[in-house]
Amino acid sequence: MDIDFTADERAFREDVRGWLRDNLPSEFAERISQGKRLSKEHQVQWMRTLNRQGWLAPGWPVEFGGTGWNDVQKHIFDEECFAAGAPKVVSFGLKMVAPVIIKFGTAEQKARFLPRILTCDDWWCQGYSEPGAGSDLSSLKTRAVREGDHYVVNGQKTWTTYAHYADWMFCLVRTDPDARQQRGISFLLLDMKTPGITVRPIITLDGEHEVNEVFFDNVRVPVANLVGEENQGWTCAKYLLTHERTSIGGIAHNKALLSRLKRMSSEERRDGRPLIDDPLFRAQVAEVEMQLMAAEMSSLRTLSAVRDGGVPGAESSFLKIKGTEIRQAITWLISKAVGPYALPFIEDELGYGSEALLYTDYSSAATYQYLDARKASIYGGANEIQKNIIAKMILEL
Amino acid sequence: MDFQLTEEQLMLQDTAARLVRDTYGFEQREAFSQSEPGFSRAFMQQLGDLGLCAVPFAEAYGGFGGSGVENMLVMTELGRGLCLEPYLHSVIFAGGLISQLGTEAQKERLLAQLGSASLQMAVAVDEPQSHYQLHDVQTTAVAVTGGWKLSGRKSVVIGGQSAGLILVSARTGHGTRDEQGISLFLVDPQHNGVRRRTFATMDGRKACELYLDEVFVKCDAVLGSVGQALPALRYQQGRCIAAQCAEAVGSMEAACALTLDYLKTRQQFGQPIGKFQVLQHRMVDMRMELDQATSMTLLAACVADQEDSHERSRLLAAAKFIVSRASRFVADQGIQLHGGIGLTWEYMLSHHAKHLLMVARQFGDDDHHLQAYAKLMQVA
Ligand SMILES: Cc1cc2nc3c(=O)[nH]c(=O)nc-3n(C[C@H](O)[C@H](O)[C@H](O)COP(=O)(O)OP(=O)(O)OC[C@H]3O[C@@H](n4cnc5c(N)ncnc54)[C@H](O)[C@@H]3O)c2cc1C
Repeated sequence: MDIDFTADERAFREDVRGWLRDNLPSEFAERISQGKRLSKEHQVQWMRTLNRQGWLAPGWPVEFGGTGWNDVQKHIFDEECFAAGAPKVVSFGLKMVAPVIIKFGTAEQKARFLPRILTCDDWWCQGYSEPGAGSDLSSLKTRAVREGDHYVVNGQKTWTTYAHYADWMFCLVRTDPDARQQRGISFLLLDMKTPGITVRPIITLDGEHEVNEVFFDNVRVPVANLVGEENQGWTCAKYLLTHERTSIGGIAHNKALLSRLKRMSSEERRDGRPLIDDPLFRAQVAEVEMQLMAAEMSSLRTLSAVRDGGVPGAESSFLKIKGTEIRQAITWLISKAVGPYALPFIEDELGYGSEALLYTDYSSAATYQYLDARKASIYGGANEIQKNIIAKMILEL
Repeated sequence: MDFQLTEEQLMLQDTAARLVRDTYGFEQREAFSQSEPGFSRAFMQQLGDLGLCAVPFAEAYGGFGGSGVENMLVMTELGRGLCLEPYLHSVIFAGGLISQLGTEAQKERLLAQLGSASLQMAVAVDEPQSHYQLHDVQTTAVAVTGGWKLSGRKSVVIGGQSAGLILVSARTGHGTRDEQGISLFLVDPQHNGVRRRTFATMDGRKACELYLDEVFVKCDAVLGSVGQALPALRYQQGRCIAAQCAEAVGSMEAACALTLDYLKTRQQFGQPIGKFQVLQHRMVDMRMELDQATSMTLLAACVADQEDSHERSRLLAAAKFIVSRASRFVADQGIQLHGGIGLTWEYMLSHHAKHLLMVARQFGDDDHHLQAYAKLMQVA
């Protein structure tokens, strides 16, 4: 038993920290640490900076451009990135479709798609959910019919994050309508410029345009864009869902949020004293910090089990549930800390406006961040579904 | 004990409900929200024409002589429709302060205008450092020949952007955070030295930040006795709390109804999601929270217009605490049970959720009222 990081791990942390100090533009760090929106251009710029250092795809095998880090190193890297206020790496290409292509793709697919993911020349989106298939994903209806060298795709996806930015979509389609639900599904790669694709924005309650509806009207997709075998797409989909494990609990993100909460509640005043010295408020910050501590230990336990050759199964559902609950608790306290200044909704301050701040840099996104955190217990498998998984897989109920 | 409404109260409830139903569809609300004042002046006028804006005022001033119960009935309907009009801040808060503190002349003039909705007012009490403490006032008013000069900054004044007259709390004496030395002034926002910065709020309204730079007001702009405004501010905030609780209950009822309906219609895994027991229990929890909130809102309505006392303050703090907590629960779980749909701008639930989350950000949050209650609680 040893809960300390090794000397090597500590040295690694110093390296990462030093590099971030020298390479992370302060404008990005400021925006991120204030919870503001970041443009596509800035996201790409940051990912390219990481790529030049060879650090964009720590999860990939070395031969395709990975770093060769173990999961503890990846965790440290994540933590340092969040602490420094680095923009989050967009996961759809790097952490979702790439591992599937690496595992199930053909040599041509690997050569064609992986390098362009690293250079950020292709932006990817995830076409899983449909209006009738959310939690019950395998009931999806978007149809792909084989015609010679092409699949002809008809149907609709929804909640597709960044479809309006995307060059490509990885998509689950039904290729055998007669097979039992999960059997007749295939994993297709779609060029978003193909005729017949329509993208319509969905505006969320925070005024943000991130998600979309995507309609397919006789969209012709070359058979060469099928990943894995026809009707075996569910295997790819499941692999993808369990693959991303180091950041699933959002520990690093939550730590960064917590330190922001502490900073702002030291600046805010109640009765002429720092809000953090108000015993009731302080107790709530303490409570969430203890919960985060426990979640971090759980996360490290899972990581070290994986490092020793284990497979994180349903345990990652623990991490997801706790991670989102803690994030919601911290962001609620952030909104609470600024008092009535939680009310203003000034889109200009969230984006790239140049007007003077109404109040402080940390208040602009106070409530916005909470609303954003509400999304986290719904996407990526709603928390109720995670609990069903735990009940079934771990408790065998 | 009698929980029955009178004939007259039922009529009032019905009038308000009908008016809201006829005016406030989703599209209409969006348009009102984005319009210049941030609400519908026509609807506000209608409320005035039908006498609803005069409900709480004494009959001597053209009012209806309504109490907390009448306010509750109107506010519940406004909350159900998520109405954007600053009724609470203008009629109940400003109107209440004028009723309590005004001279005969002020009452006659201003209550008549508020009651007919020809005047809309706002109340500016929060400041950047005050964190819901009404006595933490740094805005100053200095006596000068013929009147006063006001300087300072007031935070997030709901309805202030469109108000014809703003009531401003300012310090005329004593030190920072002293309970003495706070006065109320009627400020015309068109006056020299007044600057307003307008912005939208999370719950779809508009508000402004109010900056006062040596604003001169005449002696008759003082409301009540100089230096003695705090008790009235606290008392009237108590009435607002009762009214705001009712507004939240209306909104929670609507949010619960939408969610229940969705549980019955949304199909996943070959059945309505309302068949999943975990969701049934969550929905039950939402309804129980709503029920608790409704009870506390009734309690608040019954004590809101009673004479000032520790007991009244204690009960109002309890109501605000319970209703704030319930509001957040219903907002969060209403979204959660809807899944992705609950997060979309195009669907009314998300607007109820935002409104409910912001209930705690006015007139003191749950922490504020928990601490207030703890101080007033009887131990033996
Ligand atoms: C911001 C955001 C971004 C997203 N981005 C993407 C994306 O890029 N690509 C993509 O494909 N999808 C995306 N999604 C979709 C997301 O994966 C779905 O929202 C999620 O799977 C839930 O589906 P649903 O919204 O249809 O809710 P539903 O499945 O209808 O669920 C409604 C409620 O019922 C509960 N429920 C459902 N079934 C059960 C059960 N068996 N037992 C107990 N409770 C149950 C749920 O937990 C939820 O509370 C995104 C969603 C959001 C909110």
